[in-house]
Amino acid sequence: MSQGPADREGTASAPWLDPNATPFVRIEGLSKRFEDFVAVDRVDLSIFKGELFSILGASGCGKTTLLRMLAGLETPSEGRILIDGADVTRLPPYERPVNMMFQSYALFPHMSVERNIGYGLEREGVPAAQIRERVAEMLTLLQLTPLARSKPAQISGGQSQRVALARALIKRPKVLLLDEPLAALDKKLREHTQFELANVQYTLGITFIVVTHDQEEAMTLSTRIAVMEAGRFLQVATPGEIYENPCNRFVADFIGNINLVEGTIEHSSKGEVLVHCEEIGARIPALHDGELAAGAPVCVALRPEKILISKEPPPGNERPTLPGVVVDLAYFGNRSLYRVRVGGGKILEVSAPNRRREANRYLEWDDEVHLSWDKQSALVLKD
Amino acid sequence: MPPPETRPRLHTWQRFGLAIPYAWLLIFFLAPFLIVLKISIADPVVAQPPFTPLFDATRPPGEAFHATLENFRFVLDDRLYVLTYLNSLELAAVATLLCLAIGYPMAYGIARASDATRSVLLLLVILPFWTSFLLRVYAWMGILNSRGVLNSLLLWAGIIDRPLEILYTNTAVFIGMVYSYLPFMILPLYANLVRLDEALLEAAADLGGRPSRVFRDVTLPLSFPGVIAGCLLVFIPAIGEFVIPAVLGGSDTLMIGRVVYDEFFLNRDWPVASAVAVLLLLLLLIPIGIFQRYESREGSES
Amino acid sequence: MRKRSTFLLTAMVFGYAFLYIPLVLVVLYSFNDSRLVTVWGGFSLRWYGELLRSGDVLSAAWLSVRIATVSATGATVLGTLAGFALARIGRFRGRALFTTMIAAPLVMPEVITGLSLLLLFVTLQQQIGWPATRGATTITIAHITFSTAYVAVIVRSRLASVDMSLEEAAMDLGGRPFRVVRDITLPLIAPAILSGWLLAFTLSLDDLVISSFVSGPGATTLPMLIFSKVRLGVTPDVNALATIIIGLVAIGVVAAGLVLRRRPAWRQTE
Repeated sequence: MSQGPADREGTASAPWLDPNATPFVRIEGLSKRFEDFVAVDRVDLSIFKGELFSILGASGCGKTTLLRMLAGLETPSEGRILIDGADVTRLPPYERPVNMMFQSYALFPHMSVERNIGYGLEREGVPAAQIRERVAEMLTLLQLTPLARSKPAQISGGQSQRVALARALIKRPKVLLLDEPLAALDKKLREHTQFELANVQYTLGITFIVVTHDQEEAMTLSTRIAVMEAGRFLQVATPGEIYENPCNRFVADFIGNINLVEGTIEHSSKGEVLVHCEEIGARIPALHDGELAAGAPVCVALRPEKILISKEPPPGNERPTLPGVVVDLAYFGNRSLYRVRVGGGKILEVSAPNRRREANRYLEWDDEVHLSWDKQSALVLKD
Repeated sequence: MPPPETRPRLHTWQRFGLAIPYAWLLIFFLAPFLIVLKISIADPVVAQPPFTPLFDATRPPGEAFHATLENFRFVLDDRLYVLTYLNSLELAAVATLLCLAIGYPMAYGIARASDATRSVLLLLVILPFWTSFLLRVYAWMGILNSRGVLNSLLLWAGIIDRPLEILYTNTAVFIGMVYSYLPFMILPLYANLVRLDEALLEAAADLGGRPSRVFRDVTLPLSFPGVIAGCLLVFIPAIGEFVIPAVLGGSDTLMIGRVVYDEFFLNRDWPVASAVAVLLLLLLLIPIGIFQRYESREGSES
Repeated sequence: MRKRSTFLLTAMVFGYAFLYIPLVLVVLYSFNDSRLVTVWGGFSLRWYGELLRSGDVLSAAWLSVRIATVSATGATVLGTLAGFALARIGRFRGRALFTTMIAAPLVMPEVITGLSLLLLFVTLQQQIGWPATRGATTITIAHITFSTAYVAVIVRSRLASVDMSLEEAAMDLGGRPFRVVRDITLPLIAPAILSGWLLAFTLSLDDLVISSFVSGPGATTLPMLIFSKVRLGVTPDVNALATIIIGLVAIGVVAAGLVLRRRPAWRQTE
């Protein structure tokens, strides 16, 4: 995964870590109930100016409802929304300094691309000459000039998306909301658009709030991610934090692949614990900040790419090691994914780059192997 | 997917926009029915208008309200009226079935045609509707009479010796009704059949179903709502049909629509005509109720 | 690969023949010199001449067209409002009654509608003095009443298929609700509104029963005139009239087809 904007700016630009920074968008106790179904459950969130913030979750978790409440298309059952200090909770969508890019793009089929883009300015009462000018600027910025007179039915999916973006950006909103922006695009186009979106956001400095179910999308684009499930936020952190320090089992499993091994705390000292994993009949050391009582049920989380797999046992006994048998493997060209059966019948997934250029695979089915990892790669999760 | 939100706030202009058609329909659609009801319980009088008012302030108190069920009794006691109602029901039912028999294959054929042909075929179904209904019914007079086209053709072909008496009989009325109501059967059937997923039929065939079996087990049940809609769109107005029996039917073609008309204009007996109409309306309440439920469901689905 | 069933094909041929043969015959016989339907007396335009000379046919036709235009426009306005109300306003008090009043005219036998409206007009005249005489006005009101239902149904179903996110996007961009309807919704449902108008126009032009009930002295519409003629017996000048109407409709359809063909990019939300 390449560097996202957060990495580019460095930790100096991480306002969420600064207790004195004022959030640009503030959501307080926001809820949405439909009869007996709670879509959004008392959510609190602070988003800072210039962030590319993603709300990540599976379908039905409430993320789209939350976005629509930000846009003004749904009225909250309770709570407040503040944008740049102003309470916009009761404001209708046409009075908010917020614009949305819809998942289906929602381009007006009976208007040309030009007119679509200029519509928002028309509604503001901007004089016609100025509209023409600003529309032309937008068209150039997003490479849409040759399509100015075309109708939405005549342009491609990728072009439609740029028109939708242009239409929303031309009003210079304080916040831009994006509903699954990359969902309708094919893989190649998606990668290209990811960078385009991030660049546009960085250049214009507008605060983006993206809603998506695609974790790759969220990880590459965002400054911070909020993982949402059943109307609540499970974790709000930078992509790196979420990936390497998931706060619970759900988040750990949701992002990327992970191995989860059940066990109980056998021994806990400052920063380090020893987990007795009955499942695999071994004791695994791991790092953990905070207090954990002996006997507490936990699970050890280990990312597949953090595990080293080899035919020979690793030298020394600094690293935790497990013997196993390869029961399945998948070849991806640049890497291979192995499923290894360890003690107790448990299967662990291991992802290893194919470092050697050989036609014959290094490891095959039924090979006996040794798995090892850095002590600090193992994470202890309580729930 | 979260369920849709019910929007309780009605903007003023929404209220206004709703109020206009609502008020119009209340005045010009609902109120008239109440008046029909009122007159059906009045007595006929040789006066202008020819019925007694419900409330007459000039009469002594105690007699001020004048309502009677005499008209209803009159209608229901008379065998001829009852027969006419039944005959109308029967004629409408037969016409509906005939429309279904001819209309279903046509709707099916149009739905299965290619996109371009489909629009042309649909247009051809609707086109006669744009030309004068009366004149088309009248055209059948020319075809069905004893010296008309049909008889001449049959005589010439040697199929019959003497001209068939079709005009001014029930048969002519059937033909006329099917002719006029066919588009009303075809259109809802078509709307339903065209939404039928071809993949369902292919799946059924793949699982070993012969065409006739697939039709019976898959197409027919799924087209049921369309069949119901089409039948109601034909049956209900057909019961009260006036023009076709008046033009093509004979003196023995008893239809309730004609009875209302004659009672009103020829006999000048408004209370009885109203009573006949009220009874007809009561008869139609159930089918209309079914139709209205179908309509509102279709409206939210389409 | 579509299997052509012979049964289906024959059924369709029979069906269309059934629908069109009477029309074809009427057209043919309008040019028949002989009075009798079965005897061909040679090609002649005399019935057209007779038709055009008969003033009462022309004035009845003109009246019918005037009434049809006004009632179609009125029905379109009311029906569009009703269609919007049904499609967009969720629950409101009296919705059940409203939907019934919209659905019922579609199937109500004409004698009942006609009778009830006449009685309404008579009662109104008694109570408030209006309408003083029945005629074109009362016919127009009656036509608007039953046509509204048709337009409402057409508009409502078209509205239901309009993508809500288009309207939401317009609001998000700063459009107030009324503006959104004007800029986005109405253009998208324009074809439905137009076909609603055409339908209402045809229904009005064609109506016999209701017009007969609610009309008065001096207001004879074309169907009423034809009906009285037909009652007296088959007269060939009616054939000529029918042919003219068929011709006008055919021209209208062809013209509409040509106009629609010239704007392909517009119509893809169909």
